[in-house]
Amino acid sequence: MIHAAAAGSRVPQRPESPGLWTLAWRRFGRDRVGVASFAVVLLFFALMLASGLGLVAADWSREAGVNYAPPTFVGPAAPERRLAGPESPRGDGAAAANPVDPLAGVLAEIRAGEGGKASKAEVKAPTLVFGGDRWGRDVLKKAIKGTETSMFVGLAAAALTALLGTVFGALAGYYGRWIDDFFNWFYSIFTAVPYLLLILAIAAVLNQKGTMTVILILGLTGWTGIFRLVRAEYLKHKVREYIQAADAIGASHLRRMFVHILPNVSHVVLVQLSLHVVLFIKSEVVLSFLGFGVGVDTVSWGSMLNEAQSELILGYWWQLAAATIAMAVLVTGFSLFTDALRDALDPKLK
Amino acid sequence: MFAYVVRRLWQTVPTLLGVVLLVFFLFNSVGGDPAYLLAGKISNPEQIENIRRQLGVDRPYYVQLGIFIQQIATGNFGASWSTNEKVSEILATRLGPSLTVLVPMLVIQTLLAVAAAMLVAYVRGSLTDRMVMIACTVGQSVSILVYIIVFQYVLAYQLGWFPVQGWGDNLAENLFKYSLLPVLVGVIVSIAPETRLYRSFFLDEINQDYVRTARAKGVGEGRVMWVHVLRNASIPIITNVMSQLPGLLTGEFLIERFFSVPGIGREVLLAVERSDFPVIKAVTIYVAIATMIVNLLTDLLYRAVDPRVQLK
Repeated sequence: MIHAAAAGSRVPQRPESPGLWTLAWRRFGRDRVGVASFAVVLLFFALMLASGLGLVAADWSREAGVNYAPPTFVGPAAPERRLAGPESPRGDGAAAANPVDPLAGVLAEIRAGEGGKASKAEVKAPTLVFGGDRWGRDVLKKAIKGTETSMFVGLAAAALTALLGTVFGALAGYYGRWIDDFFNWFYSIFTAVPYLLLILAIAAVLNQKGTMTVILILGLTGWTGIFRLVRAEYLKHKVREYIQAADAIGASHLRRMFVHILPNVSHVVLVQLSLHVVLFIKSEVVLSFLGFGVGVDTVSWGSMLNEAQSELILGYWWQLAAATIAMAVLVTGFSLFTDALRDALDPKLK
Repeated sequence: MFAYVVRRLWQTVPTLLGVVLLVFFLFNSVGGDPAYLLAGKISNPEQIENIRRQLGVDRPYYVQLGIFIQQIATGNFGASWSTNEKVSEILATRLGPSLTVLVPMLVIQTLLAVAAAMLVAYVRGSLTDRMVMIACTVGQSVSILVYIIVFQYVLAYQLGWFPVQGWGDNLAENLFKYSLLPVLVGVIVSIAPETRLYRSFFLDEINQDYVRTARAKGVGEGRVMWVHVLRNASIPIITNVMSQLPGLLTGEFLIERFFSVPGIGREVLLAVERSDFPVIKAVTIYVAIATMIVNLLTDLLYRAVDPRVQLK
């Protein structure tokens, strides 16, 4: 950096040659699919932030509509259809009194807290923008809340896993010898057990739900792929001349590992990070669906799909559609973005 | 060859020991005192003491670890904590249904994905190729849960083409009646990622010199693809298929749960819900052993497919 600046001041008229990131950014900008998918990802990211800060969908748990209120574009439910439903559209209270619903107690508690404000006399809308769930909560707002949960879990777990994978890979690849043997041993243990089984085993042991728990489970088990790639990169880079030069000027091991080599392998980590976000979003949905994921008072796409499963039998398809569409758009966008990122950062690969 | 196998088996010992330690640490240290889990809500100190003695958790850690290794070696993991059925019995009876669903699934998905991938790799860059790749990306982004829920609802519940769920007594009934829809869903879910993956394997080979040489000496396109390219692309494909074999032992969790297939996957989910540790421990250990054996077999298979591969 300093050298570049010094050289620049001496020969100011010479244009600076673009670096790796500038070139990558230019290549990325030419990839129309990549830019479009990046916009989708950014949009979801903004939605996640807005929802997290309480700017949108903060009142998702308000029972704004009648039970199973249909989407506005479908129109209000025909009266005989409503009578034929298993639950009469009487509003709150009665609907939740299902003796086999394991969440009934918790939900009743939550709704009691909220219910103080929302008086019983409140007029329930016959339709909602994208329909309502069993308690007449707005499905669109739930989907936004679910986006917040699922995307946050995906990003946080991927960040954790990338951190672990990079540090382990750097140590193993850079030092070699017994440190390498140790981490390879560790790697072989984690890869000997199938991914989902390992996650389930840890979920069984922890036996507690929550967003943090899911992030930890996914983050602590998923580092193996990144580890192997980063290790291979470090093996390649540690013998190169610029590292010998760094050694000659007295750079410490840590400095050589994380200041000199890391920027040169960070594109590998970045692509893997992006891949793992998608993987973890999918895993979180499955875990939450099975009831080992986020807590019962948190909405995630997985818990929405869980509710949607029984709703579909009754003909209420909108919650399923909302969760599916939200997830499919984000995951497709993220996957295409990852492909574009890889193409931009590694032009040799094709 | 023999020396190689022996050496590889010897190398699995530290890994296996690591898995044993990991599982032991998870279930004996992180999981807290199992006696409280077992005793449930109505418990008094004597009861808990009693259960602790029965489980052996009042002993020092090294004794417990010794017991655990003995259990693994003898295959006797004791009884399930919730049903009191012997764990070995559970695993033996649940394996059949899992395999009934998973073996046809694996065979069909592999054959279809290889054929589809070879086709799109052959017409790479064309509209067909791009459409198939877009369809795969979108199809991959929909959760497996949605596929299961929608297929079960539409094909089984509404149209009545398949039983919604269930399991029979004899193999023919299970194979040709109950496992049809689970297999269909499994194939559809896995075909998209596999086609994408195999396409990239074929693309790596299709531009090689030997392909041009084969064409130059007048080999037909069919023979070039099916004999020359397929054989060379088969190493990564074999790796991928073999890596799915240990999964046959864990079953397909979600599919088994939705379609009430009494397999190992459903049993593991039940065990996780009930904190039935012996079942989870046993499955984890056995699958880890199976994974290591399969890895060894994969390497031996490479040698059979590609004589250039040196086993060292």
